[in-house]
Amino acid sequence: MAGSGDKVTLLAEWPSPYVHRAQIALELKGVSYEYLEQEVWVNKSELLLKYNPVHKKVPVLIHKGRPICESTIILQYIDEVWAGIGPSILPSDPYERAVARFWASYVDEKWFPSSTKIMKAKTEEEKAEAVEQSLTGLNLLEEAYEKSSKGKPFFGGDNVGYLDIVFGSALCWEKTIEKISGIKLIDETKFPLLAAWAQRFSAITIVKELTPETNKLVEFWKELQAIRNANTSGN
Amino acid sequence: MDPLSPPPPPPATAAAAAAGEGAGCCDLKLLGSWASSYTHRVQLALKLKGLEFEYAEEDLSNKSPALLQSNPVYQKVPVLLHSPRGAVTESLVILHYLDDAFPALRPLLPSDPFDRALARFWCHFADDKLGPAVGAVFASSGEAQKAAVAQVHENLKLIENELREGAFKGKRFFGGDGIGILDIVLGCGSYWLAVFEEVTEAKLVDPDAFPLFYAWLKDFEAQEEVKDTIPAIDRLLEYARGLRQMILSHTTTATAAAAAATTAAATSTNIAVDSST
Repeated sequence: MAGSGDKVTLLAEWPSPYVHRAQIALELKGVSYEYLEQEVWVNKSELLLKYNPVHKKVPVLIHKGRPICESTIILQYIDEVWAGIGPSILPSDPYERAVARFWASYVDEKWFPSSTKIMKAKTEEEKAEAVEQSLTGLNLLEEAYEKSSKGKPFFGGDNVGYLDIVFGSALCWEKTIEKISGIKLIDETKFPLLAAWAQRFSAITIVKELTPETNKLVEFWKELQAIRNANTSGN
Repeated sequence: MDPLSPPPPPPATAAAAAAGEGAGCCDLKLLGSWASSYTHRVQLALKLKGLEFEYAEEDLSNKSPALLQSNPVYQKVPVLLHSPRGAVTESLVILHYLDDAFPALRPLLPSDPFDRALARFWCHFADDKLGPAVGAVFASSGEAQKAAVAQVHENLKLIENELREGAFKGKRFFGGDGIGILDIVLGCGSYWLAVFEEVTEAKLVDPDAFPLFYAWLKDFEAQEEVKDTIPAIDRLLEYARGLRQMILSHTTTATAAAAAATTAAATSTNIAVDSST
């Protein structure tokens, strides 16, 4: 069990939804931590190379001097170390845990990548395909929400849980996708349950505090694309 | 591809033992495919836990209604059906589920949160980096294959490093004295390395370059439960040769070959190229 003297540091980057996940979990558990903004895209920072040499990505949670990498691994780590303090992040029932893990993995492997592809698409055809994939995913997630929440406000029930955090952290990017491509993904006429859940999630104090403004994310995205294009054109 | 005869039924597993926690033979059913390393992960885990289960072989070119209903999102094996709760899919999710549902039976994950995080990290590495790199070797030839082999070596180097001076220094298995989740995940893909070496003539695991990894793999493969789970090498070789021939005869370009391999892999098995289970 972590003592109050064990320092917690988070290697972070302000636009990253993966970083926000870790922040939300730490706040829910009432764990104070040091937030360190990292240079990720042009010249990766020293700390990043030291604590995540394999992937060189954020977030990295450093606890008792040891690094924990990857947002979903960090969420589980926080849940296990600070078990019994604040709400549980994963459900307690084994089958419900499996369901939460399954959908979190689906968001990360399928839904989020197809959604961001909408912004990256070079042709109208590519864009349409990405939109279709994203909407198919949202159909599945709308159903999953109904089953998991059982009429309660969050995937996790009364309280925000693992899947809420994983999926909810992507909402600021859903707004960014809308701004850039004109496509509203979580449309309340198509996905009424998800739209209502998204509003509830976004209204949570810590989420409001962490979520970057859409305009800033749009600007960030354009800069990032410029960097990527510069890198590939040099090959 | 020639249809292969179905495997013999798995040997009777020891009845679930301790702490009154067990599953009757009809509570657990595994839908799988004999050549799928993801299926082997779950079979091995069930054996290590001493859990009885029913096994149903899926013809991936003609998927059963049970598979399509229980895994509508991905329509892949393995699927663990645990009556009366329902289906658990995705091999890593299933392995975690087995620990959650049967905590008193030989844990697959370590108990310490940091060690658990490490095991999970390297499991993801196996699925996101090493697996696809090995699949790329199998699906390509010529220069593209050389590049793919180099990538596999880069990945193996990282693991070798962890065994030599990193997180797993001095351990017999990644799980410690006994096999754990990371051994299962890495081990149930690694038998393909020897098979692919034979079939593609690419050198993947040089015992001189990766002595600790090589020693670990041999030790893993010698475990009783592992020997019980991994199919005979001749069957794997025959299967891989057939698949490789199909890939190479479909096209002459490396990129198209990779695409053909991915399609072949996706429809016929969860071989290393397909990393989403």
